[in-house]
Amino acid sequence: MNHPYRQDPAILRGMTQRRLGRRDAFRLAGLSAAGLALAACGVQGKGTARPTSSAQVQSEVEKFWSGKAKNGHVNFANWPLYMDPKKPELKEFTKRTGITVTYKEVIQETTSWYAKIQPQLAAGQSIDYDLMVFTNSVQLTQLIKLGYLVPLDHDRLPNFTKNVGARYTQESFDPGNVFTVPWASGMTGIAYNPKYIDTPPTSYSALWDPKYKGKVGMMADSQEIANFAMFALGIDPDKSTPADWEKAAAKLTEQRDSGIVRKYYDQSYIDPLAKGDIWICQAWSGDIFQKNLSDGTDLKFVIPQEGATIWTDNFMIPRTAANPVDAIALIDFFYEPDIAGSLAEYINYVTPVPAARDAILADAAKASGADKKTLQMIADSPLVFPSDDDYAKLRTYVTFDNSEEHKKFESIFQPITTS
Amino acid sequence: MSRLRAALTPYALIFPGGLWLAIFFVVPMIVMLSLSLQSGSVEDGYAFTFNWHSYADGLANYHDQIIRSLLYGLASTVLQIVIGFPVAYWIAFKGGRHKSVYLFLLLLPFLVSFVLRTISWQFLLSDNGILLGPLKDIGLLPEGFRVLATPFAVIGGLAYNFLPFMVLPMYVALERIDPRVLEAAQDLYASRFQTFLRVVLPLSLPGVFAGVLMTFVPATSDYVNASVLGGTNTTMIGNVIQNQYLVTQDYPTASALSFTLMALLLVGIFAYARALGTDDVLEVAAR
Repeated sequence: MNHPYRQDPAILRGMTQRRLGRRDAFRLAGLSAAGLALAACGVQGKGTARPTSSAQVQSEVEKFWSGKAKNGHVNFANWPLYMDPKKPELKEFTKRTGITVTYKEVIQETTSWYAKIQPQLAAGQSIDYDLMVFTNSVQLTQLIKLGYLVPLDHDRLPNFTKNVGARYTQESFDPGNVFTVPWASGMTGIAYNPKYIDTPPTSYSALWDPKYKGKVGMMADSQEIANFAMFALGIDPDKSTPADWEKAAAKLTEQRDSGIVRKYYDQSYIDPLAKGDIWICQAWSGDIFQKNLSDGTDLKFVIPQEGATIWTDNFMIPRTAANPVDAIALIDFFYEPDIAGSLAEYINYVTPVPAARDAILADAAKASGADKKTLQMIADSPLVFPSDDDYAKLRTYVTFDNSEEHKKFESIFQPITTS
Repeated sequence: MSRLRAALTPYALIFPGGLWLAIFFVVPMIVMLSLSLQSGSVEDGYAFTFNWHSYADGLANYHDQIIRSLLYGLASTVLQIVIGFPVAYWIAFKGGRHKSVYLFLLLLPFLVSFVLRTISWQFLLSDNGILLGPLKDIGLLPEGFRVLATPFAVIGGLAYNFLPFMVLPMYVALERIDPRVLEAAQDLYASRFQTFLRVVLPLSLPGVFAGVLMTFVPATSDYVNASVLGGTNTTMIGNVIQNQYLVTQDYPTASALSFTLMALLLVGIFAYARALGTDDVLEVAAR
């Protein structure tokens, strides 16, 4: 906790930005999409065995990629506010390769996007996109299990192979990057309103502190609350067992029943935090950063001493993509350090390309005044370029081996938020 | 030819609406009924197994939320009658030539999106907001007092959101009362209170009935108000169903819960119709 920016990273450009509006409105709208999905999923199983050995992977890769050719165009689906609106990186890509890119910010929420594309993929139809960015989640695990994603040909990803940070090749949801490679990562931590809380919280126990009774906001997402309770109990979420889940659930139930929790929020926690309806809550760092930036608020974000969860948004190519060769070329392009650096400068997320830091520092050397300072801060921010010590504290979400396990997990944690 | 056309006309008229209902109501209902009796998972597929467990499990795990939804729906409906009846009465009998203006004003908020209107309550009723803030400052309310994230906020939001659907049918019923009937009551020495109790009120009941039908059902199955205005322990069955579909992706349980809710509502409505002495529910509702 002695890093100079740790205590007050909200003022930094070096914050990870979770996109606004991802969860609230679209969760409401998502129900109708799920209704459509029903008709398609009521009948047969779509599960395929995940290739286990590297030889198997190799044969899958060859089977898919043989005979595929460059078409000169790629349709790219991403989340809002995840690239400079002027799209300098995409323009550069088109300049260098001649491949044009249609970029659409159509992905607003994990569940609703999954509900939208799942029936189309199940029917073997195109989803109109050759490339998409999707968060590690139960839905991602399902996309992989159901065989909806293209196994990536690493021979076509030379920049990725050369420049990716080592830990991004071992992600528990896709070890070896068979189907996915990271776009950017971010963290879930604690946010608080300094108007009401004088001493900065440093531990998860702050969310269980009776003096904040009725003023604590927790997330409605089962994974997020489970992670926090497990951190508070000293359990690594990614290595947790159902017995650990029960313990975590008991801790969360105690927190709820003693009236400490005001409400379980989706992304709508930001306004109540700014207004003082809640004083302290679970938060995605970027929300706080953007709120401060857009409304001039002075909310704070901390990563507790016990550690935090890191989530990763990943590139992937759907099976039914019409232009996979162009898509994989674009993926690899984002692993050039100067391109990764230029992206990180704008979005302020954790970049999976450590060498991007040098690119940013080079830009900082060229810049002057406030820009120079900002770029220097981004390069030094533990929230864009976490150190090994930082990474050692970061954990990933619980990954489920099968839907039974996920069902079990939800049946333990959902009753807490849906009481 | 013309006779044939005359014979076909009714069918031609019903065709668009009938087709609409068949595609968007009947088919999904059948799919859902079938889903509720299937077992399996998204990956392994679902098989039709007469899996009645989904119903039993749904009731066992979520009876609290079902009962809460019925109570919230009932409370909000009563609140709407209490608030709405005087409004409908006043517009119908005292509105004069500005009746349509008042009705328009009543409907005006409904030009704004349902979700947005509910979210505006978050702003109005915020702990230190424009309503509660001043009251706390002058000491009328204790510092820890809150409206949001309580059952009262959810019930209030439900009542607010569905109010016009209660007022309009009541207004129609009241507006139709022949003034001569009221004069006749007074000629027979009924006091104004007796006139109201024995003439106006009974004649307005079909409107109240239709209003209850149009508000109790959607209020009970609503999930927006509970998720926007509620806190802990205010989850309604609509939220549970939504979660089961989108988060857990346990489609059989979600479908079973939907049907359970529908069955309960249907039973409730018919019991209510019987109690009110109107056997032909639909006819009354359509009036």
